Amino acid sequence: MSVRYLSCGDTAFTVEFGNEISPEINGRVMALHAAIGLAQEAGEISGVVETVPTMRSLMVTYDPLSTSRAELQPRIDTLIARGLPVGAGSRRVTIPCCYDDPEFAPDLAEVAERTKKKPEQVIAAHLASPFKVYVLGFMPGLAYVAGLDQALFLPRRSQPRVRVPRSSVAIAMDMTTIYPFESPGGWHLIGRTPLWMFDKRREQPVFLSPGDSLTFERIDRKSFDRIAREVEAGTFDWSSLVKGK
Amino acid sequence: MSAALKVVRAGLFDTLQDLGRTGFMALGMPTAGAMDRIGLGLANALAGNPANTAGIEIGVMGPDLLVEADSVRVALVGPLSPQLIDGPDAPPKPLDSDRSHLLKRGQTLRVGMIEGASTAYVAVAGGFALPSFMGSLSTYSRAGIGGFEGRKLAAGDLLPLAKTGVPAVNERKLAQAFDYGSGPIRVIWGPQEDYFSEAGRKTFVESEYRVSKEADRMGIRFEGPVIAHAKPVDKGGADIISDGIAPGAIQVPGAGLPIVLMADRQTVGGYPKIATVASVDLPRLGRLLPGQTVRFVAITVEEAEALRRDQEARLQRAITGFAVARPPGGIDLVRLYEENLIDGVVFDSPWNVTSKPSSAEGGTK
Repeated sequence: MSVRYLSCGDTAFTVEFGNEISPEINGRVMALHAAIGLAQEAGEISGVVETVPTMRSLMVTYDPLSTSRAELQPRIDTLIARGLPVGAGSRRVTIPCCYDDPEFAPDLAEVAERTKKKPEQVIAAHLASPFKVYVLGFMPGLAYVAGLDQALFLPRRSQPRVRVPRSSVAIAMDMTTIYPFESPGGWHLIGRTPLWMFDKRREQPVFLSPGDSLTFERIDRKSFDRIAREVEAGTFDWSSLVKGK
Repeated sequence: MSAALKVVRAGLFDTLQDLGRTGFMALGMPTAGAMDRIGLGLANALAGNPANTAGIEIGVMGPDLLVEADSVRVALVGPLSPQLIDGPDAPPKPLDSDRSHLLKRGQTLRVGMIEGASTAYVAVAGGFALPSFMGSLSTYSRAGIGGFEGRKLAAGDLLPLAKTGVPAVNERKLAQAFDYGSGPIRVIWGPQEDYFSEAGRKTFVESEYRVSKEADRMGIRFEGPVIAHAKPVDKGGADIISDGIAPGAIQVPGAGLPIVLMADRQTVGGYPKIATVASVDLPRLGRLLPGQTVRFVAITVEEAEALRRDQEARLQRAITGFAVARPPGGIDLVRLYEENLIDGVVFDSPWNVTSKPSSAEGGTK
């Protein structure tokens, strides 16, 4: 499979694997992201500043004072030709989510109505969806998580909310997301997690990473409040939510 | 005793910035960092700091800074008319920009307005004693991180200094103003130039664009002729599957007007990007004011890389070519120390005649 190299000035270029959203294409993006990281550690590539994976492409940023496009591009070609280990070492992450409180899930009834389901069926479909983190962006820690059960596909709200509370769990199109900050937003709010997707006190402030497999776990309001207190106090054991790598 | 600069009067949009927070774009973290890396680089060099030390990026108007330290060396770079206020009732005295100054406890530096540019820098020798966040002190105010409490400076802020005092040595100044270049802003086509019609691409490089009022650390929105997309906008002509956004990326949403994405830009985006500003010209863009006009001209990646290397060499020459700055009648301390090794003290008279007295106590006029 060939790739396209797109110019992004003299400090970056984009390696485009395709012009569609698919797990296969994203798998190759994530594999090159990992392969460049390993090549940097092994000293096989220098001058790369960082790589930015998206659904279907990888942007490579570089320092034009220590390398050049002409020097880097063949090295990337070599890495691709060598074969990319797809899907290796991805994390499996569980996100506790409370769907029960109307304050947390103001759009649950509307989503149920528009998808011709009962609210409980919407929740069950969200819980059963095999989610994968494709890309983080728009704001620090905001993950675009694809894999939503097809029965729940809806366009964004025609009237975006001015304020969506932090840690709201939302769906739109074929994706789900968790708001890292209070912010405007046009997605349908169906629950809330007690977790903070971005916490500057943590050594790794952003919780999710591109490539993570993700499932939601239903919790009641009591558990929500308990975990929320621990997250607030900084005593929550985040590692209990992560398996693999 | 702790040392600090106290913000006694806030400017307009002043934030701490270094060369940016790299390595976390994959997590959605914008790099932030200086809008004009040359200005910050010169300020740090004048202050004797490593290039990546965080300084104060002045946005349009700077703060008043009271020295709460035995002494502090500050370096100002940019078209400023700063003033020094010796004490509570003292009248402000003018100071030169593009040089370093030694300030004493109780003095207030009034940074003031920038003339003809949007950005200027104040560096302090030794830097600020603030915790870095994800490896950088750059302020990213949208997420409230980095810098001083993650936000622009406000009256009452106490900026802790890494050094409680600095030795008196020669102050340094720029020998001449740095040449940021003139003429059209140089760009490289892509990543999505194929999303625009040939006529649209022609419009982009043959028209004049004006900086609108919507210009900040995130991006500069331009006004001018509309750039035509290749496909109708209502048929997805201005939508792409989101991809990474490089510094200086020029996105053109459905309305057809270009937006150059700057330091606080988001990491990924779904609008097609017709071209990307060459890194050599990003500092120039970082200094533009609303109402100023530019043209764009396309060059190759190789040309852009060569121009950037040449600019870096000129920056290094400007730094090695700093001149000694001293008030009239002040002493040239470096020459004093050097000459002292041979035959005594050197005095510099106001009329610039150097005399070498035979004894250390002699020589006053």
